[in-house]
Amino acid sequence: MTIHELHQKLAAKELSAVELTKAVIAHKEKTEPTVHAYLSDSHEAALAVATKVDEKIAAGETISPLAGIPGAIKDNICIKDQKATCASKMLENFVPPYNATVIEKLASQDYVSLGKVNMDEFAMGGSTENSALAKTTNPWNAEYVPGGSSGGSAAAVSAGSAIWALGSDTGGSIRQPGAYCGVVGLKPTYGNVSRYGLIAFASSLDQIGPVTRDVTDAAIVLNAITGHDHRDSTSIPGDRPDYTKALVSDVKGLKIGMPKEYFGDGINSEVREAIEKAAKTYEDLGAKIVEVSLPTSKYALSAYYIIALAEASSNLARYDGVSYGLRVPADNLVEMSTKTRTEGFGPEVQRRILLGTYVLSSGYYDAYYLKALKARRLIKNEFDAAFENVDVLLTPTAPNTAFKFGEKINDPLSMYMEDICTTPVNLAGIPGISIPAGFASNGMPIGMQLLAPAMGEEVLLRTAYTFEQARPECNKVASIGEVTL
Amino acid sequence: MKYETVVGLEVHTELKTKSKIFCGCTTEFGGDQNTHVCPVCLGLPGVLPVLNKKVVDYAIRVGLALNCEILQFNKFDRKNYYYPDLPKNWQTSQYDLPICLNGHLDIEVNGETRRIRITRIHMEEDAGKLVHSGNTISTSDSSNVDYNRTGMPLLEIVSEPDLRSGEEARAYVEKLRSIIKYLDVSDVRMEEGSLRCDANISVRLMGEEKLGTKTEIKNMNSLTALQKGIEYEAVRQAETLEDGGEIVQETRTWDDGKGMTLSMRKKEAENDYRYFPEPDLVPIVISDEQIEEARQSLPELPDAKIARFKAEYGLSEEDSNILTTMRETADYLDATVKAGADAKTAANWMLGDLSKMVNEAGITFAEAKVKPEQLAAMIALIEKGTISGKIAKKVIVSMWETGKDPQKIVEEEGLVQITDTGAIEEIVKQVIADNPKSVEDFQSGKGKAIGFLVGQVMKLSKGRANPGVVNELLQKHLKA
Repeated sequence: MTIHELHQKLAAKELSAVELTKAVIAHKEKTEPTVHAYLSDSHEAALAVATKVDEKIAAGETISPLAGIPGAIKDNICIKDQKATCASKMLENFVPPYNATVIEKLASQDYVSLGKVNMDEFAMGGSTENSALAKTTNPWNAEYVPGGSSGGSAAAVSAGSAIWALGSDTGGSIRQPGAYCGVVGLKPTYGNVSRYGLIAFASSLDQIGPVTRDVTDAAIVLNAITGHDHRDSTSIPGDRPDYTKALVSDVKGLKIGMPKEYFGDGINSEVREAIEKAAKTYEDLGAKIVEVSLPTSKYALSAYYIIALAEASSNLARYDGVSYGLRVPADNLVEMSTKTRTEGFGPEVQRRILLGTYVLSSGYYDAYYLKALKARRLIKNEFDAAFENVDVLLTPTAPNTAFKFGEKINDPLSMYMEDICTTPVNLAGIPGISIPAGFASNGMPIGMQLLAPAMGEEVLLRTAYTFEQARPECNKVASIGEVTL
Repeated sequence: MKYETVVGLEVHTELKTKSKIFCGCTTEFGGDQNTHVCPVCLGLPGVLPVLNKKVVDYAIRVGLALNCEILQFNKFDRKNYYYPDLPKNWQTSQYDLPICLNGHLDIEVNGETRRIRITRIHMEEDAGKLVHSGNTISTSDSSNVDYNRTGMPLLEIVSEPDLRSGEEARAYVEKLRSIIKYLDVSDVRMEEGSLRCDANISVRLMGEEKLGTKTEIKNMNSLTALQKGIEYEAVRQAETLEDGGEIVQETRTWDDGKGMTLSMRKKEAENDYRYFPEPDLVPIVISDEQIEEARQSLPELPDAKIARFKAEYGLSEEDSNILTTMRETADYLDATVKAGADAKTAANWMLGDLSKMVNEAGITFAEAKVKPEQLAAMIALIEKGTISGKIAKKVIVSMWETGKDPQKIVEEEGLVQITDTGAIEEIVKQVIADNPKSVEDFQSGKGKAIGFLVGQVMKLSKGRANPGVVNELLQKHLKA
């Protein structure tokens, strides 16, 4: 079920928002024991909004496209008076006293949220195994991880326990779980969506975006959250288009680039074949496929981990037990902060803070951080140059399909390698979308990634939409995800 | 003197913008603990800073007044260190690209003009305050943090090590304070902490060019403390070297009670601040127009005012210096002159009686209870002969106490000068009769004796007799 289908039903009074919300809650109660996407519920508030939406419908008012459709919010986005844990013991009981800008925007659209969803702790990870609070499974097969860090968002949408969700993407955290769970994940241009109220991992890379069942829904949710925000200095000024207008099934004459470096040795052959088949589809539809080269991309993963962790080491410095969050008492201040941070942060977060602190330390700054900034600039320039010749780029979202629990958790480097196709996109600040591109022989979904120039979400959505229309068999619903109304 | 003192100063001044540097909270001083705060200045998870543009405007003005180059592309950086008064555990500051570079300030010490180079000026946010439950940190069993001050806008003005004594340092800060006050961008009150001063001090043998090992002195909370602290530290360092010791690079604190500097922490224990560009803010781009606009908006600064007071008002160098140290004082003089008073006369009243009253009240000339127009009116009364200069000294006290106009006071208290020859003649006759000795002295050629007699007449007239008339009549009667 998609937002746009359900909106039609609500508007046509075939279904009430309360009925819909109750149905999704009932479905969620069936899936949660296996999937465990949620960290906290807000059913009562959801029903209250649904009631309000029904009143509006009864009064003959037009409702917004998202009104009354149950969704879920990643637990690093602040909703006033609701816990925002970041799936960390550090913030297990933290209740923000304010709303993120995206939440205010959604509220003005009568959004319904069934609760906050799981993630890797502080959005650090690619499997959601780093959550200190819950283990979320992949709705396609509970032995597999949902991906991460927005694993809860992708799993909830895939499992039908939310019709849509918000995630955040710092190095692939929306797109990779989207690919692993067979749903659509869109990372907007850096600055397209306000970060105010998104608990920071790496400020220069973080971006909030939609996780949805299809491309149309991604456009609808993006419409709801996009826009300049004076509270976010990095937010791009100016008006935004109606992204649903871009949903035209037509790629005739479009130039689609396939960067050869994204199809190298590390890419699983089934993934490669699926993407090549997608390219063939585009070609059949009248697009021109060209091979391009982005040689600097090979530095992206290293540059990404240096910049992201440097920023993270500073962003996470505030969790010291002084004024909110976990406090482990001790005899003196230094001991209190040390104990708090040792007990409050999981091993991956601690590893990243240490690495980030190291690369910023005097004597290492030039060798690591400064070099990474230069690499970032080169990567961005390379994308800019590529987009002078092509309209969009087509790559795998991740080198592999979802892996099993425990397979990579003790091997951070191989876990980081899963980000190899997604991190350059955040470094360049450009938009990227992952859409279902088929299935591997083990039945797990494969995702393909489309990239466009900064603020090129329209061409991105159009290209994704065209594929979705042409190859509906790629986007299936997991058996657990069939919601009965 | 075998050793030369070398001092560089880091002056922090709190800008008096209406709201904090990165959020909308008020910058008002005081307030109950943690009432001037919001999620942004508390550094809660998820918040983002938004730069208060006024801070940039103020920084440009200070930069121009201090002859700095304005960096038209500058940026904020994070200075990372842990301290509970710093809610994010980093301070948003400027590192390698500050807003102002390479300025200078001329100071006068002992009649000599010295040019002190200013390395840089940068914008940053202030931290909160620790409030200890006891009176001191050592006797308290718990501490609270008051975040009201967190996020107040600061300018840090860093000088080159061009100062050579505590006296010069004091003159530099006085001048700096005066200029900032003129610009009306800060209250620059050392006692309230809106101007804070840290000094880097080293000593070296006279004639030596290489700088000695420096110490940083903090916690000098008044101009006197600044001068004393530097003087103490220079002597301490010189004595250490004389005794064959070595200066340890460290941070020391000035203990005003003990009158000495004490070691706070050694250099090795100091932080590696891990500066990096603040990713939540965009670089600051300043246009030529913005700089020009700021230049146009600069008020007349002390040096220009001194020149004008000397040229236009005919005041001495010394008087001009004193009257321009504070903008309020200079403005007061200008206003009094504008109200019709003679500049020199007005200056004399200001430097004398009025200064005393202003200082005793602990206020500035802007808040003086005698307004410039009232002072001008009083001077006019003297010039018209309505009151004598001596009576005026009483009148001005009444004006200060009551706020009334001089005319009114003169009328109400019956202080109008007696110019009626008949009335004065009566008193003159009586004084001559009462003081035969002085009369004799005068008549035997001791001209000075008349002074005593005039004084007696004035006394009997309660100071109201016109001194000119008194003199004239005495001469007439004594010669008769």
